[in-house]
Amino acid sequence: MTSDHVTRRGLFQGGAALAATAPLVSQAMAAPAQPSSKGTPMSPVELTVNGREVHLQLDPRTTLLDALREHLHLTGTKKGCDHGQCGACTVIVEGRRINSCLTLAVMHDGEKVTTIEGLGTPEALHPMQKAFIVHDGYQCGYCTPGQICSAVSVLEEIDAGIPSHVTEDLAQVAFSDAELRERMSGNICRCAAYSNIIAAMRDVAGETQA
Amino acid sequence: MKPFTYERAASVEAAAKAAASVQGARFIAGGTNLLDLMKLQVETPAHLVDVNHLGLDRIEKTEEGGLRIGALVRNTDLAADQTVRRDYAVLSRALVAGASGQLRNKATTGGNLLQRTRCPYFYDTRMPCNKRKPGSGCGAMQGMSRSLAILGVSDACIAQHPSDMAVAMRLLDAQVDMVGADGAKRSVPIADFHLLPGDTPDRETVLKAGEMITSVTLPKPIGGAHVYRKVRDRASYAFALVSVAAIFGEDGTARFAFGGIGAKPWRVAAADAAAKQGAKAVAEAALAGARTTHHNEFKRPLVERTLASLYRQQEARA
Repeated sequence: MTSDHVTRRGLFQGGAALAATAPLVSQAMAAPAQPSSKGTPMSPVELTVNGREVHLQLDPRTTLLDALREHLHLTGTKKGCDHGQCGACTVIVEGRRINSCLTLAVMHDGEKVTTIEGLGTPEALHPMQKAFIVHDGYQCGYCTPGQICSAVSVLEEIDAGIPSHVTEDLAQVAFSDAELRERMSGNICRCAAYSNIIAAMRDVAGETQA
Repeated sequence: MKPFTYERAASVEAAAKAAASVQGARFIAGGTNLLDLMKLQVETPAHLVDVNHLGLDRIEKTEEGGLRIGALVRNTDLAADQTVRRDYAVLSRALVAGASGQLRNKATTGGNLLQRTRCPYFYDTRMPCNKRKPGSGCGAMQGMSRSLAILGVSDACIAQHPSDMAVAMRLLDAQVDMVGADGAKRSVPIADFHLLPGDTPDRETVLKAGEMITSVTLPKPIGGAHVYRKVRDRASYAFALVSVAAIFGEDGTARFAFGGIGAKPWRVAAADAAAKQGAKAVAEAALAGARTTHHNEFKRPLVERTLASLYRQQEARA
């Protein structure tokens, strides 16, 4: 391979290195407070993303998903359908999982956001990230960040006693594979890694409940 | 999305006033339906009034022994509320039958009542649609109408109301509480809140310009066995083809409300009155005046079969 041959993997590695070293706060603060190209006044938005405070000037049309990916360069969160149907964009806001594509960043001014990048690092993976690897809970990996954010929240929702469509007795929410499947239905995986995702979640739930 | 301006309202009064004074203004709460439609330019508001921070997220007992549910209570929180689970279980059941966990964390009580139809012709701006563009015609009547309504429809529109929650609210005789731009408060029974399409399918509720839903009030609990049965194309995360909300009393009486088949959440007194005669009689009464297309005529027998299934389940429990 010649040195001027740009590979996909090389681009990805370069991009990842850039994202890891870029000073997130100052870069974001440097964004100019000026009208967007179509004349919409910009709105100031302050978020705490994965523990770091960021200040942005955004066109109010900017979804939380686009703020994360395009403005903060946190590209772990994926854009699938952009209409709340696939779950690839799932992030955790103020402790709850939501579709970041169906909400405006400006609506979350002052709030805390956790993305896949904030759950764990390559050196210190979140137990759910580790379990997805152990159980092969993916194939192409595109939906995986959303799956993992959802999976982490699902275990918390069951612990909190929030009922689901398959909960038989509304007074008592119990852990089961059926509960996991139902609660993960907002995350589509076209590679159909579903059964391995459930195995990973079961594994983590066993660890945390032990 | 078309450009819009945005403000975070500081009070209910300010929100209603702002929405009434700016041409093309809309309230935004959960935003899960509105933003979806804005991306498709089915909705093109000029101004958004964010009502998420107005303290309308509480669930309180009323003096009459009922429950007042703030318009901003999220679907997840309403479904999980202990009083709702115990005394209004059909509401919990309907809520968790709808959408996905992520969407229920965002979607609100007031917003759910204002959900727009899922008719594919309403969603597709290249198609005629009397609801989206009055007078442009209806693409659905001669088109793909499998999911669409068979009750309350008109020559102008056969769109279905997509909500599960609203069907349970209809069954429970909820009241919708609103405040106007001039500060005037009023409440209407949910039966009267949604309008039938008639010649003006673009008008969906009795809300006036700037008027905002502040809460939904339930009367005191009536007991009984609460059930919600939703029939759809997949086991989870899909809109209803037919859904039935029911409360069975110990004396053989029952009440029923239906989703997936009506231009609005559907309930008729004659269906409740037929409860002791069984599923066939209830279905016949509920479907009086039904108007089907080639694609959605399957909904008639499906309503009866869904009811029959609920009756069998009740008998097994008794």
